[in-house]
Amino acid sequence: MNSAATAASEWYRPTSLADALAIRASARGAVVAIAGCTDLMVGWNAGSRRLPSVLDLSALPELGAIEVGPDAVTIGAAVCCARIAAHPAIAGRLPMLASSARQTGSIAIQNRATLGGNIMNASPAADNPPVLLAFGARVTLASVRGSRTLDYAAFHTGYKRTLAEPDELLVSVTVPYPAPGASSHYRKVGTRRAQAISKVALAALIETTDRAEDGTRRVRDARFGFASAGPVPLTAPSLSAALRDSPLPAIDRLLVERALASDLSPIDDIRSTAAYRRQVAVNLVMAALAEASQVP
Amino acid sequence: MNFARTLEFTLNGRVLSGADGSIASPSMRLLDLLRLQAGQTGTKEGCGEGECGACAVLVDGEVVNSCLVPVGQLHGRTVMSIEGLPRTDPLLEAFARAGATQCGICTPGMILAARALLDRQPDPSLDEVREALAGNLCRCTGYARIYAAVLDAATVRGGDA
Repeated sequence: MNSAATAASEWYRPTSLADALAIRASARGAVVAIAGCTDLMVGWNAGSRRLPSVLDLSALPELGAIEVGPDAVTIGAAVCCARIAAHPAIAGRLPMLASSARQTGSIAIQNRATLGGNIMNASPAADNPPVLLAFGARVTLASVRGSRTLDYAAFHTGYKRTLAEPDELLVSVTVPYPAPGASSHYRKVGTRRAQAISKVALAALIETTDRAEDGTRRVRDARFGFASAGPVPLTAPSLSAALRDSPLPAIDRLLVERALASDLSPIDDIRSTAAYRRQVAVNLVMAALAEASQVP
Repeated sequence: MNFARTLEFTLNGRVLSGADGSIASPSMRLLDLLRLQAGQTGTKEGCGEGECGACAVLVDGEVVNSCLVPVGQLHGRTVMSIEGLPRTDPLLEAFARAGATQCGICTPGMILAARALLDRQPDPSLDEVREALAGNLCRCTGYARIYAAVLDAATVRGGDA
């Protein structure tokens, strides 16, 4: 029975971002921000400690919108995965994000789990961050001191550590549309197709040149995001550099292997081994490149 | 600040509120409120961490795991547990007809997840049924009869289906 363990010291449920930021600032990091609760409450239910004070973000209109702009979609931090997966502009222009949202746990989880929570929980295995990395997303944080927008690629600084200050809240994520004709590819590898935590996951966004007269095309720009391949969600800068101007589909597997050897740092853990993760990561990249070479 | 006193939501057609003491604490799990406080034990506790779906209920018509919902987030919402499902729902008879229930622990969550599916997709494919129920684990039936029951219920038209 868990009821004895579930009395929070304070339960704040502000209805404006300004109020939420004021609470955040005055608590000096001593309140836990909650939204979908699909990760945090697992810990509460397992533990017997008294809960910390809670700042519930689920009633803030500022965090609940999806705004479709001319160059990007801006998604409020408290928007749940089910809404992202079902949104026509996201499905149409950012299909990888619809795909990762649809693979974030079961439907019961997707109805609750938020994009902001998936980022701020800062798990290296999180399902949506690889896609945000590949798309070159930006994150907007706010505090009583003001707001700032950062490249998401720099946001995760170490295992479960981010650039967010204790008085800040993640407000929104802005995901730019890829260049027309870019190939995108998201693949999550787990023990089971539904609601597994990934052994390794890849999001790839590959822009190619037009086909030359001999039918070949080259990689113009390739960006990657990996989950469960290191202490944080990772990009693959060596791989991106190595692939630039490479002809498709004749890319050497060894080139990918060598680049990923320095980009990724997977570990052995309960879900998989480092060796398996390295091999699958290479396989996933090769599959993404093969798909990009098929784009008409 | 006493948020708990202003908290109010509807459970199976009845209004619960912090003001009259029917909600003890905003941090209580919806699952515990249902089973321990409201005495509605149709909702089961399986894993307690959102993996098994035994505690699934509908909030504003959408399926959620009640072990991962603090009551404090339900202000103004409408919750339906298996006790609130109309007796005439074709899923009930379809589950019985197909032999889709064995030990019964997963059944309330299965039926509510299926109800949420049929409300948004009245004529689902087998794949859609499988995806909609992927968060509900059954250790008895092997799932085939459950899927058959949902597809069967989908063919029943009229009533409140």
